[in-house]
Amino acid sequence: MAPKRHAASTTSAASSTPTPTPALTTPKLSSGPTTLKTNASAAEIATHVWQQYASTTPQRTLLLDAFMAFLVLVGGLQFVYCVVAGNYPFNAFLSGFSAAVGQFVLTASLRMQTSDSGTGSGSKPSSKGKNARFVDESEEQGTGISHERAFADYIFGSLILHFFCVNFIN
Amino acid sequence: MAPSSLDVVLKGSSGRNTRGLLRVIILCTIAAAAVSSRLFSVIRFESIIHEFDPWFNFRATKYLIENGFYSFWDWFDDRTWHPLGRVTGGTLYPGLMVTSGVIYHILRLLTIPVDIRNICVMLAPGFSGLTALAMYLLTSEMSDSPSAGLLAAAFMGITPGYISRSVAGSYDNEAIAIFLLVFTFYLWIKAVKNGSIMWGALTALFYGYMVSAWGGYVFITNLIPLHVFVLLCMGRYSTRVYISYTTWYALGTLGSMQIPFVGFLPIRNSDHMSALGVFGLIQLVAFAEFIRGYLPGKQFQKLLTSMVLLTFGLGFGGLVLLSISGVIAPWSGRFYSLWDTGYAKIHIPIIASVSEHQPTAWPAFFFDLNFLIWLFPAGVFMCFQKLKDEHVFVVIYSVLASYFAGVMVRLMLTLTPIVCVAAALALSCILDNFLVASTPSTETKAKATTDDKSLRSTRNPVVGIYSWFSKSVVVASVTLYLLLFVAHCTWVTSNAYSSPSVVLASKLPDGSQFIIDDYREAYYWLRQNTPDNAKIMSWWDYGYQIGGMADRPTLVDNNTWNNTHIATVGKAMSSREEVSYPILRQHDVDYVLVVFGGLLGYSGDDLNKFLWMVRIAEGIWPDEVKERDYFTARGEYRVDEEATPAMKNSLMYKMSYHNFQSLFPAGQAMDRVRNTKLPKESPQLNTLEEAFTSENWIVRLYKVKDLDNLGRDHSNAVAFDKGLKRKRATKHKGPRVLRTE
Repeated sequence: MAPKRHAASTTSAASSTPTPTPALTTPKLSSGPTTLKTNASAAEIATHVWQQYASTTPQRTLLLDAFMAFLVLVGGLQFVYCVVAGNYPFNAFLSGFSAAVGQFVLTASLRMQTSDSGTGSGSKPSSKGKNARFVDESEEQGTGISHERAFADYIFGSLILHFFCVNFIN
Repeated sequence: MAPSSLDVVLKGSSGRNTRGLLRVIILCTIAAAAVSSRLFSVIRFESIIHEFDPWFNFRATKYLIENGFYSFWDWFDDRTWHPLGRVTGGTLYPGLMVTSGVIYHILRLLTIPVDIRNICVMLAPGFSGLTALAMYLLTSEMSDSPSAGLLAAAFMGITPGYISRSVAGSYDNEAIAIFLLVFTFYLWIKAVKNGSIMWGALTALFYGYMVSAWGGYVFITNLIPLHVFVLLCMGRYSTRVYISYTTWYALGTLGSMQIPFVGFLPIRNSDHMSALGVFGLIQLVAFAEFIRGYLPGKQFQKLLTSMVLLTFGLGFGGLVLLSISGVIAPWSGRFYSLWDTGYAKIHIPIIASVSEHQPTAWPAFFFDLNFLIWLFPAGVFMCFQKLKDEHVFVVIYSVLASYFAGVMVRLMLTLTPIVCVAAALALSCILDNFLVASTPSTETKAKATTDDKSLRSTRNPVVGIYSWFSKSVVVASVTLYLLLFVAHCTWVTSNAYSSPSVVLASKLPDGSQFIIDDYREAYYWLRQNTPDNAKIMSWWDYGYQIGGMADRPTLVDNNTWNNTHIATVGKAMSSREEVSYPILRQHDVDYVLVVFGGLLGYSGDDLNKFLWMVRIAEGIWPDEVKERDYFTARGEYRVDEEATPAMKNSLMYKMSYHNFQSLFPAGQAMDRVRNTKLPKESPQLNTLEEAFTSENWIVRLYKVKDLDNLGRDHSNAVAFDKGLKRKRATKHKGPRVLRTE
């Protein structure tokens, strides 16, 4: 845990959500402001988390996260449509929705498998206090699977998922 | 001790190979033993499909082979449940038929001409061999000991609890489902251990296969989420659990929805809701873990509490709302009867009437599992000692399955695998400790004695069993138990579980075997002597057999999807002829089949099931059929002189005892099942005539008479034929017309 500090600590800056682009350019730089007050409000905590996240996540993982956000959006849209306009072709709705959910879950799994050891070099901000135990644990678990293997698994899972969806869509 | 040549083979790298080879050979032997111990019935009788449900599966398989997969999928069967028909393709679990269909086509491709019947007969033993292998894999995941897996495989291969459903010829869903159950669990454990998407996806695939094969898949659907839930509660969340569970759930649920019979159940039925709930929960936990990475403890707790409260409130409210509005179906009846054993008896007599849904008697546990049942708790205890993720699974599985096995006889089948695992764990531990003939090396002994000064708790005394006497005693007794187990299993299999129940066997006084083949005799008579679309009415137990063996349309069969229709048949059987005849005419019944064991003492006959017919009919027509009427004033169920009028006039009673008295000298007629003397007079049947009675009177067939040519009612016509004088009153009234249309 090399001490990494952004020049201007943005702890109290409740500015609008920073775009991920600065983080993309400087993935190594992390603003680990541990100076969050214990009695901070929920909104402050949220922004704090967001800044931490944006500045510490490597680009590949961010790509996955963007995809996951997109899937959440797609799933949510379908759900809203189902609620608003009725679920008449229920098969179609189900397969569309579960395709989104399933892909989300698979991507999350891929993210867990790859980001564990990917950020293992020390840019993970969470190895302090009692959280360290968990991180160590998960890193120890993550070592069993290489990135290539994880990606192959991911493709395998997605293929099955989409086969089922296409078969179910009627 | 061992000769040096053996040492070369057993030690070092070549030793590993030798042991691997030995293991393969042992496994093959176990599989062979598993297959061959299930062949008693084929050797003793013939290669024949057993019991009831397998006959339907066999018929469906033949349909699949003849008409191809797509028409099987869309099969509307108009030869059952006349006149309703049954959407068979959409209301069965196709896994079994498709499996044997695939095997059939593969064998054909290899130019091995084999009859589909033989495939169906041999499918269950074949898969039991595979189950033994899957068991080896599953148990090997649980234990480091090399012997545990082999022991478990051997136990699984020959334990009667599993053989009872997988002898040759018992071509039922369970035949392949137990293999799939064990293998799915193996894959699941593997997935949890490795945390890879691939194992999770494979689990989902085999889960989908399991769903296509057996209704018992709900057990997996609830057990895996429960496992995950308990892991979460123990604070053992890890990415491995997340990856394997979510992959399994997302793919497995979609996979299970591919089966038309299951359809939307996984998202509608409450049986499946726990899986969905845990899926949501694990997402939240994962998200919380993710957030936790970015926050110091205090704020995290604050955030967590608010999140937990919010989601719990939302989820609970949503569930209640959905349940009330009826989007989520209430729990199924069979499920309720799992919690409240009296439930089915009160609400759903049709479930309670099936003998395999009865609670298990205590001796059955020992009968089916022998000494495994008392090794079982020891094995579970050992799982508590290690308590890794996979051991938690064993503990949960054993608790749940023990409860369910106590509730329903047939669920003994789901208990058997875990009993084998636990017993093998316990036994392998015993053997590993007692069979190794090593003494502690002097070095370790010295170590143990030297550091006397250190704290007592930090000392490391040499603990072990080194006396030859205790070793030999324990090993000898374990060997004895194992031998007894094998003997017991063989005995049980050959005596209790290898009877086809289509063909009965009994012993003559001189000890020779006497084959009673009445069922097939009667079904073959039907096949030969009746028109192709003659409708046969019988109690639902025999529906599948009539469809399979006699190839005639039936009114009701073992599928029991339409309670009202079954109640109609029950009403026709339990009412007076005047009431029954219109029912028979309305349903185009040509023949009525009853099973009667009075001559031979065959206790599974229709008169013994009669009360269930009455009860089921009473459920639909409470004011026309009353159970009370069939008991005497003292509350006895009698068929002799003192039987109630309702009993004596019921169609079932008349059909059973019609002409039975003529077999005996006057007044000597004896019913050997119920051990009672029968009335002197044979009951008078007016609207039916006897068509066929099998050799031992087990199956009796009656033809439904057509309307009388002269427009008389049947009792008058019969009376006229007998030469009795017609009563004048009826003449003036004119013929009574039976309204059948």
